[in-house]
Amino acid sequence: MNIRLLVNGSPVELDVPGMRRLLDVLREDLGLTGTKEGCGEGECGACSVILDGQVVDACLVPMSQVDGSTVRTVEGLARRPARSPDRRLDELQAAFLATGGAQCGICTPGMLMAARAYIDAGGGPDEDAIREAIAGNLCRCTGYTKIVEAIAQAATPQAEV
Amino acid sequence: MPVEPRLEVPRTLDEAFATLATAPHRPIAGGTDVMVQITGEIGPAPDRMIDLWRLEELRGIALDGDVLTLGALTTYTDIRRSAVCREHVPALVDAAATIGAAQIQNRGTLGGNVANASPAGDTLPVLLATDAEIVVGGARGERTIPVTEFWVAYRKTGLAPDELVLRVRIPLPAGREVRFRKIGTRRAQAISKVVMALAWRDGGRGWSDVRLALGSVADRPIRARTTERALEGRRPTAETADRAATTLAGEIEPIDDVRSTADYRKVVAARVLHRLVRDAGGW
Repeated sequence: MNIRLLVNGSPVELDVPGMRRLLDVLREDLGLTGTKEGCGEGECGACSVILDGQVVDACLVPMSQVDGSTVRTVEGLARRPARSPDRRLDELQAAFLATGGAQCGICTPGMLMAARAYIDAGGGPDEDAIREAIAGNLCRCTGYTKIVEAIAQAATPQAEV
Repeated sequence: MPVEPRLEVPRTLDEAFATLATAPHRPIAGGTDVMVQITGEIGPAPDRMIDLWRLEELRGIALDGDVLTLGALTTYTDIRRSAVCREHVPALVDAAATIGAAQIQNRGTLGGNVANASPAGDTLPVLLATDAEIVVGGARGERTIPVTEFWVAYRKTGLAPDELVLRVRIPLPAGREVRFRKIGTRRAQAISKVVMALAWRDGGRGWSDVRLALGSVADRPIRARTTERALEGRRPTAETADRAATTLAGEIEPIDDVRSTADYRKVVAARVLHRLVRDAGGW
């Protein structure tokens, strides 16, 4: 099946079986291995990506359903500001670094994408709302406290310094 | 790598019906159930599949007089965001909010929950308690199946192999109250140990049209009709709650499985019902 989509802003055209998982296309066909496979059954959220503005588990999405879509993965978070040679970390990535929101790192890309979708949808620093937003993402290291802190920090409107 | 079954991707419902008329195909909508099966780790993967995701005819939530109609492709996120659902069937919104988490709610569909026919499907007790109807169809035409007749055995539905779930119709009688409660291991990403919906109308002198529906306590979602009779005509008093809870514990016959035990399910179902009646009575 011929599929066209935008991945992190770049157009991609592929000829793949319609039932191939988006996760496998990202990792195997496109080499975007930032998206992790944990459980492969929608329990752990390690493969979370943003599909047309909504967070989804890439292991549960067949390629036939992303033709014409926009996908954002963890590789698409850091961006290059205009007239700058270097990419700058997304505020969520910076906040995870600042708070120690990552340990082994396997859940981190999925956490970042679930949190990005939450903030993009207008989510704020309220702890209960953050915990609900990442309820589909399992972390076995941190106990979540630092992750929630990081997201709250990134979701807090920045006062002008 | 998972297997990649052959897939048809119809653009219209008529195309889908024509494909299904030639041979059975396993439908995929939001994929949250079936994508797990293509790994082949929990049984044979489907051979031929049909992708329903682009069938716009199966989307949309519409209020028509005293009936709410939800297209089969309505996602749990659609339900949670729908002002019409929040106003007219808040219990369905409550159920949608307990399913998986954001990732699952953004893809999983009401039609998929209905067709997948899991005894633990969390919207299904709400559909039973609200006397919903399932509209199904294929090349031979449409028909409407009362939800009480839709799940015929463990994971078996009244759908013919060439038919699809098209819509769910929920009647909205005046004065009906519906409550939903789910018991799982955690608030998100949990498969129910017990899931319950209770509906009634309160005419002032006692409850009427009582419906009590449960999931995860039988081989399919069920109505607890003996307990319904124990509640019918009663006021939500402590005595009513006690009698209904005792009746329910004697009526259901759950099993021990990986998620819970029969004993736990009976005790918890009785306790949850007791609390719903108490909350309704305000005592």
